[in-house]
Amino acid sequence: MSTRYEPVIGLEIHVQLKTNTKMFCSCALSFGDPPNVHTCPVCLGLPGALPVVNERAIHYGLMIGMALESELAPRSIFHRKNYFYPDLPKGYQISQFDLPLCSGGRLGDVRIHRVHLEEDAAKLVHVGESGRIHGSDASIVDFNRGGTPLAEIVTEPDVRSAEQAREWLQLLRTTLRQLGVSDVNMEEGSLRCDANISIRPVGSTELGTKTELKNMNSFRFIERGINAEVARQTALLEAGEPVVQETLHFDPRTERITSLRSKEEAHDYRYFPEPDLVPIAITSEMLEAARAELPELPAARAERYESKLGLSTDSARLLAGRAELAEYFEAALASDGDQPQTLANWVAELAARLDEGDPGASKVEPAALARLVGLLSTKAITVGAARQVLDRLVAEGGDPEQIVEAEGLGAIGGGDELAPIVAEAISANADAAEKIKGGNMKAIGPIIGHVMKATKGRADGGEVTRLVREQLGL
Amino acid sequence: MIDREQVLHVARLARLQLTDDEVERMAGELSSILGHIERISELDLEGVEPTSHVVEVANALRPDEPRPSWDREVMLANAPDRTEDGFLVPSPQAG
Amino acid sequence: MSAEIRSLSARALAEAIDRGDVSAAEAFEAYREAAAAEDLNAFTWVADSAPADVPAGPLHGVPLAVKDLFCTEGVPSQSGSRILEGYRPPYTATVVRQLTAAGAPLLGKTNQDEFAMGSSNENSAFGPVRNPWDRERVPGGSSGGSAAVVAAGLAPWSLGTDTGGSIRQPAALCGIVGLKPTYGTVSRYGMIAFASSLDQAGPFARDVTDTALLYAHMTGRDACDSTSLEHPQRIALPTAERLDGVRIGVPRDLLDESAAGIEPGVSAAFEATLGRAAELGAEVVDVTLPHAEHGLSAYYVIAPAEASSNLARFDGVRYGLRRDPDEGLVAMYTHTRHDGFGDEVKRRILIGTYALSSGYYDAYYGRAQQVRTKIAEDFRAAFGRCDLIATPTAPTVAFKLGEKTDDPLAMYLNDVFTIPISLAGLPAISIPCGLSDGLPVGFQLAGPAFSENRILDAAHALEQATGFEGLAIS
Ligand SMILES: [Mg+2]
Ligand SMILES: [Zn+2]
Repeated sequence: MSTRYEPVIGLEIHVQLKTNTKMFCSCALSFGDPPNVHTCPVCLGLPGALPVVNERAIHYGLMIGMALESELAPRSIFHRKNYFYPDLPKGYQISQFDLPLCSGGRLGDVRIHRVHLEEDAAKLVHVGESGRIHGSDASIVDFNRGGTPLAEIVTEPDVRSAEQAREWLQLLRTTLRQLGVSDVNMEEGSLRCDANISIRPVGSTELGTKTELKNMNSFRFIERGINAEVARQTALLEAGEPVVQETLHFDPRTERITSLRSKEEAHDYRYFPEPDLVPIAITSEMLEAARAELPELPAARAERYESKLGLSTDSARLLAGRAELAEYFEAALASDGDQPQTLANWVAELAARLDEGDPGASKVEPAALARLVGLLSTKAITVGAARQVLDRLVAEGGDPEQIVEAEGLGAIGGGDELAPIVAEAISANADAAEKIKGGNMKAIGPIIGHVMKATKGRADGGEVTRLVREQLGL
Repeated sequence: MIDREQVLHVARLARLQLTDDEVERMAGELSSILGHIERISELDLEGVEPTSHVVEVANALRPDEPRPSWDREVMLANAPDRTEDGFLVPSPQAG
Repeated sequence: MSAEIRSLSARALAEAIDRGDVSAAEAFEAYREAAAAEDLNAFTWVADSAPADVPAGPLHGVPLAVKDLFCTEGVPSQSGSRILEGYRPPYTATVVRQLTAAGAPLLGKTNQDEFAMGSSNENSAFGPVRNPWDRERVPGGSSGGSAAVVAAGLAPWSLGTDTGGSIRQPAALCGIVGLKPTYGTVSRYGMIAFASSLDQAGPFARDVTDTALLYAHMTGRDACDSTSLEHPQRIALPTAERLDGVRIGVPRDLLDESAAGIEPGVSAAFEATLGRAAELGAEVVDVTLPHAEHGLSAYYVIAPAEASSNLARFDGVRYGLRRDPDEGLVAMYTHTRHDGFGDEVKRRILIGTYALSSGYYDAYYGRAQQVRTKIAEDFRAAFGRCDLIATPTAPTVAFKLGEKTDDPLAMYLNDVFTIPISLAGLPAISIPCGLSDGLPVGFQLAGPAFSENRILDAAHALEQATGFEGLAIS
């Protein structure tokens, strides 16, 4: 019998901070500007230029640390990470090494190892044969992005599946978006994720050899990439071959995994304390300023939804874990707060129908959804009818009452209207009626189905059942 | 003390080409310098804090206020090779 | 007129210009002509003409020579290196801007050891500088050009930088005054870095008063240099004629340790000066600096380590030399750096890279930083027993060109008395104190951090008593 393996996954996330200026110089951050218009002697690495730390980057770093329940270092320093690459103007990246700004912490079910600050690299645009450089393809370096502040968040290897990785990253993204410290847009590269992946036999506590899967730029790719790598490692081990520690690239088009760096180029970053900067010593004022700007974070929000609004744990977590759902939910709740749980269910129902999953960007006004829930709770419409109304709202927007009116979706109310239809259904399903009389209430299905068909779903299931029992003399 | 192989390894890390003669000469010179330096290995430095900054300053922070970036032509003026809007280099992928 | 102008001290010239006896333009032209005609190879660039608008300021137009490694906008700033040949930066170093704003126009750029690595100026890509006292001898280094031009009357004063002795040692060998200030009191912004935690700009002048006058306009916290700080004292022009109550410590253990290296003539001039100090009222006491003898070792780890990283930006991408781009990126890097850097720079890059590399960091860089701590502690303890510490600046007088070029270690030993002070970040001055075989001998006075006023006063009193004629021009 073959061994079963479990993946052990740790994530490294680079987050571009939404400051006004770069990490170490006063150049404004760039958003799709022409190349090399956001540079200065510092971010171009000119001889003699020196870095100066952006105050707000530290502030954002502290906010992230607080949100992730990290320990904030009273004193942290920057290091130089030395390597040569054309997108790295100084020949070293200013980063943090053994004294990062934040250590430890937790978000959801994943522990945080550390959070540190560093500077982003520039952008290399491959141009192929340039006609200028012979015998070698050429690239153009655009230093606009170079020096953008980054927070690097490193988790402990607590993730056990690709799906969990995706869900956790969505929670992290929501948290960071709520903090307002980043645009957290994966396509645009303001949120980038690497995964350290190993597998081990289920039940084992030892760690297998890990590989690093680089720069996956969408939630979907992360899930597929990790699955592909886990499958690759499993196949290797099952074939009796070792996993080699290396850096890998996942190509989402071909689903293939390729080695990113040749082996001969073993890295030795020669970290040492950055002598051009002085230590960061966190003051109580800095801590207070960061704390004052912390919004309600997903964990606290979920707790409030449960205890104050009485939502189920699942609903509370779902809404709180996705800021766009929570914000929409609260807007709808503000217009009609009678039925929080029902409203929560319908926010989820709405989100499931949307490609982007963001109700705030849909045609359905929060107040319209609240009114729809109101119609439902007064039994003015049935659940089936409500679904039809929601379809119309998603497609065209508008007012639920008007849609109900125009489409004739109002519930078929009291006995007067429904009784003859129920009578007709009983006579058309005599067998079932007999069984019910014999005490088998489960047999009521075909009768209700008949009524629903006749009323196009506008009949209330409970009312139908009551009438069936009444007419059968039960 | 430091042999040819080590010199070559370090030179690779430092992206420094060395001729065979230079490797030979450097191995000798670096060995004598490192021989002198290694006297510090005899010192008892147990528990001594390292000093990387002599100045006792912390938090030399800069307000997050943008200043105009520099004119692209000025910054490209010293480029050994360039296009209209960027620095031209041999592609890293091309080996 | 020109010779008369050039015979004046900087302060006297400033006063003459202020009085209207000499115009700033005349003063500039007198020096410009002499500088353009010099045959010491001390200037790498001389201004074509007086700058159009010399700002009115407390320095009244007294021209200034500046070491090549200070970035000056539009003017070659090559740090003595082939790799920066012809490089004209787009900006000017803070300290040069300060001095220009104070009324000292840029006369020329001076030759130096490549990237400030050297003690003889023979490591310049632009050829060695000759000592005006004896053209077959070196001026010292690395700021050899800046020392030589002042000694030869080709500039009234100049800027140099000192990392392990690069101001004090050439000042000694050229018979002039050089001050290495407390680390951080002068901005490093725009200084092409050698070893960031040690590099410090300082003045050269013919006498102590001029030295104080120039330094007074160099200090100040610079928002562009995180390691810079405000000098707690205003720098005053020295007035002391006596040394009553001043305790001068002599680290006999360090002098004995290197006894073999100290020339008898240097020793004699040093002891005679100590005697004169005692006559002026000073108390001469023995102090110990037990770890100072290891300063050289620590320095030759720390400085090359930082240099190996600081010089990584010279990669042929954005400025400076580029070789063989057609052979691919790695060839471009390695060939550019092979052809662009001289032997001494290569040696230090290799030592520094080695000391930081995986497996060696603790034994070299880590230990060197611990030695640095011990040396700083030694000085703190010694300054509990004395106000100033005196040593010869260098163990020898100016040596012959080529005499030590084949033995790097012998060359490094030149800085055995200056390096420990650099590692501790302390201020020290070198003043001429006599001749040995017709060549000047330097007397070094060091003090606690920020004690420049005390050092300048004591140096002034000694200068008055020795009556040394600083100029090497006949
Ligand atoms: Mg990183
Ligand atoms: Zn910039």
